[in-house]
Amino acid sequence: MAYALQQLINGLTLGAMYGLIAIGYTMVYGIIGMINFAHGDIFMVSAFIAITAFTILAAADVTSIPLALTFVLIVSIFFTSAYGWAVERTAYRPLRGSTRLAPLISAIGMSIFLQNTVQLTQGARVKPIPPVLEGGIVLWDNPTFTVQIGWSQLLIIVTTVILMTGFTWMITQTPFGRQQRACEQDRTMASLLGVNVDRTISYTFMLGAALAAVAGVMVTVYYGVVDFFIGFLAGIKAFTAAVLGGIGSLPGAMLGGLLIGLIESFWAAYLWAEYKDVATFSILCLVLMLRPSGLLGRPEVEKV
Amino acid sequence: MSAHDKGTLLSVRKLTMRFGGLTAIDDLSLEVPAGKITGIIGPNGAGKTTLFNCLTGFYKPTTGTLRLAHPVRGELRLEKLPSHRVARDAQVVRTFQNIRLFPKMTVLENLIVAQHNVLQRASKFSIAGIFKLPGYRQAERAAIERAAMWLERLKLTHLADDPAGALPYGIQRRIEIARALCVDPVLLCLDEPAAGLNPRESAELNELLLYLCGELDIAILLIEHDMSVVMNVSDHIGVISYGRKIAEGTPEQVRNDPEVIKAYLGEDEDEAEEAIARKIAAEGSNEEGQPA
Amino acid sequence: MSAVVFARHAMTPAERLRDAGWVAFVGLILGVPLIGLTTVDVGGRLGVETRFGLLAAFVAAAFAGRLALRWGIDHMRNRKLAREQASTTTAAQRAHGAQRLVNIVGWVALGASIALPIVYSDNRYVVDTATTVLIYVMLGWGLNVVVGLAGLLDLGYVAFYAVGAYSYALLSTQYGWGFWEALPVSGALAASFGILLGYPILRLRGDYLAIVTLGFGEIIRVILVNWTEFSGGPNGISSIPRPSFFGLEFTRRPAEGEQTFAGFFGLDFSAMHRLIFLYYLILVLALLTHVFVSRLRKLPVGRAWEALREDEIACQAMGMNTTNIKLSAFAIGAMLGGFAGVFFAARQGFISPESFTFTESAIILAIVVLGGMGSQMGVVLAATLLVLIPEFGRNFSEYRMLLFGAAMVLIMVWKPGGLLSHREPTVRLQATGAAASDKEGAR
Ligand SMILES: Nc1ncnc2c1ncn2[C@@H]1O[C@H](COP(=O)(O)OP(=O)(O)OP(=O)(O)O)[C@@H](O)[C@H]1O
Ligand SMILES: [Mg+2]
Repeated sequence: MAYALQQLINGLTLGAMYGLIAIGYTMVYGIIGMINFAHGDIFMVSAFIAITAFTILAAADVTSIPLALTFVLIVSIFFTSAYGWAVERTAYRPLRGSTRLAPLISAIGMSIFLQNTVQLTQGARVKPIPPVLEGGIVLWDNPTFTVQIGWSQLLIIVTTVILMTGFTWMITQTPFGRQQRACEQDRTMASLLGVNVDRTISYTFMLGAALAAVAGVMVTVYYGVVDFFIGFLAGIKAFTAAVLGGIGSLPGAMLGGLLIGLIESFWAAYLWAEYKDVATFSILCLVLMLRPSGLLGRPEVEKV
Repeated sequence: MSAHDKGTLLSVRKLTMRFGGLTAIDDLSLEVPAGKITGIIGPNGAGKTTLFNCLTGFYKPTTGTLRLAHPVRGELRLEKLPSHRVARDAQVVRTFQNIRLFPKMTVLENLIVAQHNVLQRASKFSIAGIFKLPGYRQAERAAIERAAMWLERLKLTHLADDPAGALPYGIQRRIEIARALCVDPVLLCLDEPAAGLNPRESAELNELLLYLCGELDIAILLIEHDMSVVMNVSDHIGVISYGRKIAEGTPEQVRNDPEVIKAYLGEDEDEAEEAIARKIAAEGSNEEGQPA
Repeated sequence: MSAVVFARHAMTPAERLRDAGWVAFVGLILGVPLIGLTTVDVGGRLGVETRFGLLAAFVAAAFAGRLALRWGIDHMRNRKLAREQASTTTAAQRAHGAQRLVNIVGWVALGASIALPIVYSDNRYVVDTATTVLIYVMLGWGLNVVVGLAGLLDLGYVAFYAVGAYSYALLSTQYGWGFWEALPVSGALAASFGILLGYPILRLRGDYLAIVTLGFGEIIRVILVNWTEFSGGPNGISSIPRPSFFGLEFTRRPAEGEQTFAGFFGLDFSAMHRLIFLYYLILVLALLTHVFVSRLRKLPVGRAWEALREDEIACQAMGMNTTNIKLSAFAIGAMLGGFAGVFFAARQGFISPESFTFTESAIILAIVVLGGMGSQMGVVLAATLLVLIPEFGRNFSEYRMLLFGAAMVLIMVWKPGGLLSHREPTVRLQATGAAASDKEGAR
């Protein structure tokens, strides 16, 4: 029981991070209908930026943790958004209006490019940083097993909840959100009505990248190690989460992320840890077979 | 207009189709005689295309039966067949309101693809095809000849080797009809074939339709807003409004039916407003049930 | 229209400088965290190292590169426009001419590929690289059936390649099967996997299909890594027997009661014999694949695949059973991937899950899309490019994959329809010349 509770906490933490990355996939998919394969690598870049920023702070003897976290978040979000913008501008915008597969291939190329750029400029070795947030709250002191929620876990969950609330507000209430949704439904009509479609799409990429940057900082804080390959698996998992929840749906992305996180940690804890990826994908296949448009996705009826 | 009666080909009984809260077809019954042209008219959103979708297996009707008296295979229940079997076994073939050709393939290829089942059988799991055995070669030649015949008949021969998607709208409509004819239909369902045609083209269409049912004995179900087409060629017309059949009869009878005039023009302003309100209410509930 | 285009490309020098300056500025922002700064290990802890010199060089390069690129693009565009206005040929005629050219190049390439091992008979590196190109060509042709013709987005194609490779590896090392016996069986196994995967997910559309196939590829890989008793785990399977030349082994000394290839033909033993034999083997397999797929394309199944790609609903309305059509595409694509896998295992003599990662699927897909969906010659061109680009970068080997990724993006941006996007009809009513003159007559 205590063990399960601990897995629940771990799963939620993991799921929150997947969810944050998944939103980037889902938003981009919603607005231009493509799988942004480079998104996982954008997340990886953000983790490296976070590592560098933490190291600079350590060198400058900054000890206040809130201050450090704020600084790292701002720096990481800034630079990562720039990467999100640049990727869209160079690799996807020239391909708008061409076939569905062209941007996908371009994205895969971009992903390979980013991975290798980071490997070349930052080195192929795993980068560890000293723990930023240690300790946590003991929830249940069982004689055999102690259930604990780490400060970093708490930070991740709370940040995610705040971000999600803010994000939902932004998409539903602000002019940008309105333009974003308009472009999602009908890009041509939106542009006829004076929405700057190119800019809206750029902002969408930057927003997705910003959320991935938050996830990148959180991963750095939580695990304390980063390497140039983390983008791939995280990206795939997050994309799976987006599809599971119903691609194009924001709550779906979050729900999908949480589910994947929970499945993974429970599967790894109780069954075979090696096969946790198999479990994730099998469940995805099952869900899609029963609900071909994901859990919260709108069923796509093609009018004939 | 064929003179003698050959009985009923398709009988639609108490057909209802609901999308969430919206009833697109409401308890509709209709008889389609063999070897004749049956027109279906009605205002926008009346449920005409939905009727076709139910007939051809793209939608499963909520309730109701669709019985086809097939000249060879006997009675078939269309509502129980998947869409490809409706075309293959029941030989009920349709065209689409928004043209659906295979745009990158040439006109000829479009017509050959329509004969897929015949050719596939002749190719014996592709083995006869791969080794170019005589049996398959003969079948392929026959398919090309058949396609060429329809191309000739529809004045498309000079475009045979052009990609279909690049051609003008009116021509694409004709290609779609030619393609449907290559499936060898007993019942041909045409969804607004005259939309976007100029007067000369629609006159040619009239002629073609009369030829198809007069000479080849193909029954035709025709959805059309262009009255010059429907009124001139139909033997029989059904009028649908809000999913219900509101009138039925010869073109002459339908033209003078007060219900029909009301459905198209609205009797007075109150009536029209009420109609609009009804439609909005229906669509509102539609959105709840199935967000569009 | 053309006047507008001209106007847009006639940038003033000041505008060009501003444009390049903007790019350099973006380069600076992007460069700061990754190029300007890096973390290095100092005494067990990370320390920050600055590389502002490098950053400045990068920004300068971005500025100059943008200037040159912009100028080059504008120049090319204007020239192309001028040429188009001057020339009188129609698009159809030009496409036809291009197709003729592609056909000629195809025959030349075939001749060259037959002659290659004779010319380079003692250059191990060239023969090896050419063999690799041919493996990718074959894989590309296989995936072309699924993605290029049937339009089903498959991101896990490498799974079938793995099924083929592991079936041969296991059949030969565990049960002593030979290459030629194992080839059809492994192909059939891969095809069954194709159907097994295809069946449950047929209802899925486009990108859902993509992610599920990707998942399938990963599942196969994870199983191969972890199921050690079956697949040897991460260490893979080694000492896989090599194919023999009609029973003649490519070894220095003959086994008991057998003959070697060199001995039989009275040649001096050379390790190159085997490599050249393998090269011709994959050439024959690839050519067979080509003939097979080209024929299929002109058959009802092939046309049905293309029709399915164009419009699934119209297919159903024509009475086509789209389920069977999709399954046949999956099965045939998988079978060809399986064959390529068998060859791969036989050539390497050693396989491990390393060779069957998602990157591999991505490369094969890239070959199909970059080549031009559905174009057989396009696959050859793209496979050659994608194998050779990293090879050219071998001298500065750490840049190989960087170059590879950049090339994928650039080719796509340059030619979104793929390198050869012309589609040749599977059947014509008249010979092209006759059709053209007919049209003239009609006018
Ligand atoms: N798949 C669907 N899901 C939800 N509602 C649908 C669907 N298909 C049709 N409808 C609704 O059913 C009603 C009838 O539509 P239908 O297309 O049959 O009209 P129609 O008579 O063909 O009109 P038009 O003359 O404009 O073509 C409309 O209100 C339409 O919105
Ligand atoms: Mg309609």
